[in-house]
Amino acid sequence: MTAVTPAPTTAQPMSLTSGQLPRWIEPVLATGTAVVVAAVLLVIQLFNPAVWLVLTAVVYLIAVGIGSSIVEGRRKAVDRIVRGLVVCAFVLAVAPLISTVWTVVAQGLKVVNWDFVTKVGGTVFDPNTLAVTNTPGALQAVVGTLIITGIAALISVPIGILAAVYLTEYAQPNNPMRRTVTFLVDVMTGIPSIVAGLFAFSLMALIVGPKAFSGFSASIALCVLMIPIVIRSTEEMIRLVPNELREASLALGVPRATTIIKVVLRTAASGIVTGVVLAVARVIGETAPIFIAASFTDNFNANPFNGPMQTLPVMAYTAYSFPGKDIEASQAQAWGAALLLVIVVVIFNLIARIVAKAFAPKSR
Amino acid sequence: MKSGTVTDVAQREETTPVVSEKLVGKRRAGDSFFLGLSTTAAASIMVILAGVAIFLILKGLPAITANWETNGDLAGYQNKHWGTFWNYVAPMLWGSIWSGLIALILGAPVAIGIALFISHYAPRRLASALAYVVDLLAAVPSIVFGLWGVIVMRPFLLPLAEFLNQYFGWIPLFQGPVSSTGSTMLAGGVVLAVMILPIITALTREIFLQTPRLNEEAALALGATRWEMIRLAVFPYARSGMVSAILLGLGRALGETMAIALIISPSLLFSVALLTDGYNSQTIAGNIALNFPIATDIQRSALIGTGLMLFVVSLAVNMIARGILGRSERKARTSPKIGKRV
Repeated sequence: MTAVTPAPTTAQPMSLTSGQLPRWIEPVLATGTAVVVAAVLLVIQLFNPAVWLVLTAVVYLIAVGIGSSIVEGRRKAVDRIVRGLVVCAFVLAVAPLISTVWTVVAQGLKVVNWDFVTKVGGTVFDPNTLAVTNTPGALQAVVGTLIITGIAALISVPIGILAAVYLTEYAQPNNPMRRTVTFLVDVMTGIPSIVAGLFAFSLMALIVGPKAFSGFSASIALCVLMIPIVIRSTEEMIRLVPNELREASLALGVPRATTIIKVVLRTAASGIVTGVVLAVARVIGETAPIFIAASFTDNFNANPFNGPMQTLPVMAYTAYSFPGKDIEASQAQAWGAALLLVIVVVIFNLIARIVAKAFAPKSR
Repeated sequence: MKSGTVTDVAQREETTPVVSEKLVGKRRAGDSFFLGLSTTAAASIMVILAGVAIFLILKGLPAITANWETNGDLAGYQNKHWGTFWNYVAPMLWGSIWSGLIALILGAPVAIGIALFISHYAPRRLASALAYVVDLLAAVPSIVFGLWGVIVMRPFLLPLAEFLNQYFGWIPLFQGPVSSTGSTMLAGGVVLAVMILPIITALTREIFLQTPRLNEEAALALGATRWEMIRLAVFPYARSGMVSAILLGLGRALGETMAIALIISPSLLFSVALLTDGYNSQTIAGNIALNFPIATDIQRSALIGTGLMLFVVSLAVNMIARGILGRSERKARTSPKIGKRV
């Protein structure tokens, strides 16, 4: 790249193209390697999907590197190896995703049925026979999750949207408060979730005393995590509203507040709703803050202001980490809760996509 | 931030008319009310962040200032004599940073690779679908990753752990005795790496896509291969963005609780061992999650004190990251926009 190579003085006819491997070489070589490696592994009876994928990748990268450096030269060879590595990186990210979803579904389906969703589960101690029976069920956790997340959303959404309106519609770009708040919102998205839980616990402990565990406390913890997400997404959506709409409305003599509510927010509504739903989906899976602030319980508790409350993620954690007498049953509970949680998250993500698609402003 | 929004804002800022005082009519009550409401909402952000710090300090201070030798609940807390709060929190602070670093070393190169794949290698039509797949990783709740790590990743890494210990056992990282259950720092680090992939990928992808088109085309026109183009045009442009994305990933890893609490079997000591289950450093978040329910009042205060330390560290990491990102964004905004990818 730096030094200019002297023109070749050989007598052979000059060609403008150097040696090139055919276009199809990469996919064909990759498939070939995969088949050969699989065959070898099957013959020596060590077949294992992970080993197979890793070996295929290594052999392919070596083969393409050597082949290309012989035919095309070093620079092209490096290029092809990097291309291979980058594809490997992507596969490396997708593998855990598929494995996780597969594991949760496979383990969870063993316990999840309609009864699991509609019954209060837990261990029941019978004083007459001294037997501890385990009933599978997650109703207390489903209800707790919905109540805690619902309250968190009720508090965070107005604050988040109003703050975003202030940042985008009212504050001048160089307003010091605007710059501070923008920076703090960024920083807030990085607060460790467990710290939010500790904050809510400390707050409630100072207000109501030692018995501070409650669903409402967990909602406060979730608010700390949710507000910055709502602000960020709402801000982005409001920025997409064309300025002409605002100007037209203001020029007609519509007050600023009415313009914002009826024109700006209405135009951005579908995007804002999508962002809010995604924010809910994000915080609904939070375990640590709810665990700290609302603790855990096997009892059915639908009163967010009184006593510990169970939620799906916390149920998955506690049933696994602090199992009861019957460890198998506790772990089944954990996987059931995890699967329900994943289903809830998927539902919220689907709602977000549908809202985004269906209510998007019609473009000209 | 989506590319393009920056220019939109810039345009709007330019066209906002400067209204002189005289032309402004009288304020309507509803208008001032709404302005007050939204200003209050924005101000509440500052109040919340300050509140987090204040309440953690209020609740944590009793344990931080307590004498750990004489206090009944703190002397011998978690089977060791700490003397002071700082001796108690130090090994866990190390554990948090150490696990975060492992996650970064394992995760960041992969994340940047994925970002490159999506921004510069994958076919255009597929790119957004592939990006969505990676974003799905962010949607999976952390507890689910934790459970997955326990039953899939722990046994999966056991052969690797034995191999590393057998041949590289002389390196302190891989010293024995090798865990038989797999509850190792390595397993925790791998799961953490998976969890920080989406955030690093999403940020670096956006920055790679903002590389000036002309720079890329110039490199290609001079005969650079695609990789050389990326090295010459994309990386120099995106360097500060990549650094801050990695720092944000570190911030995320520092605060991650459930994966660590479920997977690693910890003890409170300074250790770099990756493959054992008796000599793993504990992290602050994991320690809180394991001990909070069974703690007494002053012990809770000690745990909240450790949480305060975690808050301070991750706040610092995030502020540095955002500072770098903000500076590079301002630079991008002032640089000429010709040939910018939209």
